[in-house]
Amino acid sequence: MSNIIEIESLDVHFGGIHAVNNVSLEIKEGEIVTLIGANGAGKSTILRCIAGLIKPQGGTIRFGEEVITGLSPDKIVSKGLTLVPEGRHVFPNLTVLENLKIGAYLRKDNFHKDIDYVYSLFPRLKERHWQHAGTLSGGEQQMLAVARALMAKPKLIMMDEPSLGLAPLVVKDIFSIIRTVNENGIAVLLNEQNANMALKAASRAYVIETGSIALTGSGNELLKNERVKEAYLGKSKQ
Amino acid sequence: MTTLEPKSKRKTYGAIIGILIVFGLIVLLENLHKIIPGVPDILYPTSVLFTVLKKAAVYSLVAVSMNLLNGFTGLFSLGQAGFMLLGAYTYAILMVPGDSREQVYYLYGGSAIKQSIQDLLNSVFGKDGGGGAVSLILSVIIAILIAGCIAAVFAWLIGFPVLRLKSDYLAIATLGFAEILGAVFKWQKLGKITNGANMIKNFPNFSAFNIKNSQTGETMVYLSTLVPFIVATVCIIFIVLLVNSTYGRAFKAIRDDEIAAEAMGINLSKHKRLSFVVSSFFAGISGALFAMYVSNAQAKVFTTTLTYEILLIVVIGGIGSISGSIIATFLYVSCSEWWLRFLDEETFIGTTKVPLLKNGFRMVVFSVVIMIVVLFFRKGIMGTKEIGDLHPIKALKAKKAKKSAIKAKDGAK
Repeated sequence: MSNIIEIESLDVHFGGIHAVNNVSLEIKEGEIVTLIGANGAGKSTILRCIAGLIKPQGGTIRFGEEVITGLSPDKIVSKGLTLVPEGRHVFPNLTVLENLKIGAYLRKDNFHKDIDYVYSLFPRLKERHWQHAGTLSGGEQQMLAVARALMAKPKLIMMDEPSLGLAPLVVKDIFSIIRTVNENGIAVLLNEQNANMALKAASRAYVIETGSIALTGSGNELLKNERVKEAYLGKSKQ
Repeated sequence: MTTLEPKSKRKTYGAIIGILIVFGLIVLLENLHKIIPGVPDILYPTSVLFTVLKKAAVYSLVAVSMNLLNGFTGLFSLGQAGFMLLGAYTYAILMVPGDSREQVYYLYGGSAIKQSIQDLLNSVFGKDGGGGAVSLILSVIIAILIAGCIAAVFAWLIGFPVLRLKSDYLAIATLGFAEILGAVFKWQKLGKITNGANMIKNFPNFSAFNIKNSQTGETMVYLSTLVPFIVATVCIIFIVLLVNSTYGRAFKAIRDDEIAAEAMGINLSKHKRLSFVVSSFFAGISGALFAMYVSNAQAKVFTTTLTYEILLIVVIGGIGSISGSIIATFLYVSCSEWWLRFLDEETFIGTTKVPLLKNGFRMVVFSVVIMIVVLFFRKGIMGTKEIGDLHPIKALKAKKAKKSAIKAKDGAK
């Protein structure tokens, strides 16, 4: 399978802080790739770089054959890369349906079929389609954020901390949705604190430590890795 | 969403019919004294009622244009008076008739521009009768559009640096811009164009649209109140269409959450500038209408106080509600021009003077009202709702849904 995203020696500085240091990674078509790591390790920054929200100081990001480093976010979205931002970020004063339509903002074709499609994935949203997004529960808002990103018809969907602040049962739902989305042929780049769930879902994973890649391997490999177990899965060595 | 279409079509027809009825009523109201002699004083065209109606029509357009920017795009801008000034001056400069230019610009030895648009069109259509009417209407439309465009061009230019700022900083920058414009228009060196700090007058105002008997000069049909209503309505309809379009949705998305809007591929700077330019365009048009309403253009009128007045209207009406802005404008203008006037007049009951009532007390009462609104009715009259959302059955449904949403939220926890 060919690479959908290929990042070569990405460098990002914030003032004096070297947030991302020489990171190279790739995502193949139809994969779920997870980034795990502690707070402030630079996972979100990598995602934001790909989405064009941050301009990196060095390195190249390739989408297929094309170099997309430093392009504006609207160009990147229209190429088929969407980000579900951390902390959901739905538009609270717009209705659920309007939120979905914003997701399809850059599309010129008819997207009504896709609205039906995301409603079939998230029946809960259909029930509440005329309600303001701000009145939804946390889990529903996360569903809406994912549904909204799907409306752009992405080839790769990037999710920043989708399980943040959600009840364990809801987290389970969210992960089953991620799998469903992936089964429909969309590659997923996941940035997740919940390493256990994330590694189980992932085809491959990268462990990020202080801005650079410390470890990489398939999800199952990393689940068994002693270092990962100790640092992220909360199991001691004994 | 095909099922919704007949309903929305019916709504559109309803709105059109409603607007036409309002127009008809206004014409009827202004001409009632012609049909039925001996109506109360208030129904004569010179009464305060028609002043209020005209001023409210003008203000409602500025208020809605400000709401587009502040309420729908979330850009807190206070430059409205500046753009109104641009519109008012553009209209005035273009419309002072050639033969009265000497008189208007006498301090500067005549005007740099010799003819008005109306003069040019008069030479095409003729000066009297039907031709004169056509040239008047056409020239006013053209002048108003140019007034809007000049304001829009300035907005586009200052948008580049100014729209990089956020919230308070944007407000300060736009406020400063409006003040600078005021100073520039008072500048002596531009006297041949702007007439310095003096007013430009003698251009066609709303009364020019009254239909007069050409022999006796007596007014046959009064249309002076209808004109601002028509212009304001057309402009507001355009703004409503814009707000309900995909662009409007993008504006609201930017207002709600810039980060998410950017992540969804909305070009922030482009949309902010678009909203700023459109809002200024209509502020410019309302500036031209304002000049017609007061029959002169003068830089000292377009001060920060005017912007605050408009801001107050927007806040009272509800930030993010167009119908709220319109309702609030009519309430505000009627209060300030009419219903609360008695507060400014020294009144005697018998021989005792009523305490507190004297010139300026009206503004004290207003300040108190503002404080009450800001403290207790922060959402204004309409909140973010429109008048169409107030259908009783719909409101009940929304209430039910909110309840179930709260339940669901608790369930999730």
